[in-house]
Amino acid sequence: MNRIEKVFKTLNLKEEKAFVPYIMAGDGGLENLGERITFLERAGATAVEIGIPFSDPVADGPIIQEAGIRALKNNISLRDVIQAIRSIRPIIHIPIILMTYLNPVLAYGRDRCFEDCRNAGVDGFIIPDLPIEEEELLLEKADREGIELIRLVTLTSPVERIQEIAQRGKGFLYAVTVNGITGTRSEFHSQLGDYLQSIKEVSSIPVLAGFGISTPEQVRSISSYCDGVIVGSKIVQLFEQNKQEEIETLIGAVKKVNITE
Amino acid sequence: MTYTMPDKRGHFGTYGGRYVPETLMQAVLELDEQYRKALKDKAFTEELNHLLKNYVGRETPLYFAENLTKYAGGAQIYLKREDLNHTGAHKINNSLGQALLTVRMGKKKVVAETGAGQHGVATATACALLNLECIIFMGEEDIRRQQLNVFRMELLGAKVVSVTSGSATLKDAVNEALRYWVTNVEDTHYILGSVMGPHPFPEMVRHFQSVIGEETKKQFLEITGKLPDAAVACIGGGSNAMGMFYPFIEDESVELFGVEAAGIGLESGKHAASLTKGNPGVLHGSYMYLLQDANGQIEEAFSISAGLDYPGVGPEHSYLKDIGRVKYTSITDTEALSALQLLCRTEGIIPALESAHAISYGVKLAKELGKEKSIVICLSGRGDKDVSSVQERLGGDHNE
Repeated sequence: MNRIEKVFKTLNLKEEKAFVPYIMAGDGGLENLGERITFLERAGATAVEIGIPFSDPVADGPIIQEAGIRALKNNISLRDVIQAIRSIRPIIHIPIILMTYLNPVLAYGRDRCFEDCRNAGVDGFIIPDLPIEEEELLLEKADREGIELIRLVTLTSPVERIQEIAQRGKGFLYAVTVNGITGTRSEFHSQLGDYLQSIKEVSSIPVLAGFGISTPEQVRSISSYCDGVIVGSKIVQLFEQNKQEEIETLIGAVKKVNITE
Repeated sequence: MTYTMPDKRGHFGTYGGRYVPETLMQAVLELDEQYRKALKDKAFTEELNHLLKNYVGRETPLYFAENLTKYAGGAQIYLKREDLNHTGAHKINNSLGQALLTVRMGKKKVVAETGAGQHGVATATACALLNLECIIFMGEEDIRRQQLNVFRMELLGAKVVSVTSGSATLKDAVNEALRYWVTNVEDTHYILGSVMGPHPFPEMVRHFQSVIGEETKKQFLEITGKLPDAAVACIGGGSNAMGMFYPFIEDESVELFGVEAAGIGLESGKHAASLTKGNPGVLHGSYMYLLQDANGQIEEAFSISAGLDYPGVGPEHSYLKDIGRVKYTSITDTEALSALQLLCRTEGIIPALESAHAISYGVKLAKELGKEKSIVICLSGRGDKDVSSVQERLGGDHNE
């Protein structure tokens, strides 16, 4: 069983919600990667999503764009990140998921990328510019190496499409909570709860909500409709500002959600 | 040869496709459906043709450039005068088509990117005509280079947003336009300006631009009784070239030449020659040749011409390069500037810097081919917008 499946099984038994933080690899140097993941794991993160910097991140808002630019200034590549993960993997217990645009994977070499990732202990990939229509480009190799491609569903995906994506889904389903790019939001669509619950109804794997979530209140309210949350921009911002205690509070918020199911 | 690209999912061989965030998939699929419905609807084509004739001023002349031909001393050179279109370039053919489609889809807002500003002006024009709200993303560097076009767009009622990220040119304007589209997808259509982006854009833009090649073919037959021996067009994203080439693809006697921008020189690293010097990869929704480093980071393109300053090239051009149907070559900034001056003096036509790349290569080609042959060069736009940057370049101290 893949590490991602295991961790959700355990959560389920404990009746807890998931919290998956995102960090940009190489923001502040690659040396801090192990330290940051260890910190997040101790704070209660269910898994960690590691962003690979890309020159043209069209799905990302200003905070992650800027973190990516800082990382690229440090000349951080996918290769460097995979090597770093390989060296820190023995001290990390939670699943590691890479979030990368497609082109760095293609430039690395599709086959070699998944082989090296499996050897390094990467458990999953999120590729925002790879819809299901094009995923055969990577799917076979990812499957063979036991790496799970996490699929995204969005507010604009019709029900039949959500069903199809859910059927193909591995690990968990990433439910995008806004029409838009990553970044903090003060308000969400009034129908968000209905949307998340409708996805839960058709999905046999856990459903995690992400994009725009930035406060403990949002973490609590949104995760009450699904299996947990993914928080990106806010975590990146708090690390940048050295506000580690606020990260702990944010992750802690998920532990205070009442399971109603 | 029979040519049937792309397939139903928008693949030209391995190129093309739909590499976009899931939030845009529904919009892209709906666009595909609506586009195909519109094609089958006679009323749509009639309305577009009516506007192309009475509003844009088509058909544009196919002009025998006698003086330029004498200067080159080789093949007979014909110019397809897309510069005489309303708004001064071929871009209006596509903008009008997509704006009509926007109305059909019941969307009220349009977003677009622009490099040189020609696509922005054309889109702002079509939106003014059809009463659509229009927002244009343009790189800060391009805004500086193309002040006149920025003011034109504003006069036409569009909102021009300056993009400061990355190289602050066309690629970054596309990024911002895509981000805007993701956020406003429910009521907004993205009028992409070239034969790139996710399917159906490359096929649809080719369709709206094919009027260039179709007219050329008909006119060439009328004037000379035969087809040209070669057609030449400049390539940034590649829309005027695709519009010119597509109707000739199955006519194997017609050699096709796409001219990329070599900037300061192919070996300088400062150029926009994605096909000549790039590698295949994925950017802006499509698998295509890209200027990129070994880690897959997109590199900045460089050209004196804002409209060619893009680090990728449409997926169909990528395919046509691989199968060898089109030959891709490049022209430097300096050569393009000379060609611009040459056309001014021989023919009294100020071409856009983009088109000057095609003129430059066309003159070389005419010399090689000899007097019995005849060629057509796509004069994709007029050069009024470039006059001040040309003046800056020719008037100032420059070491070349």
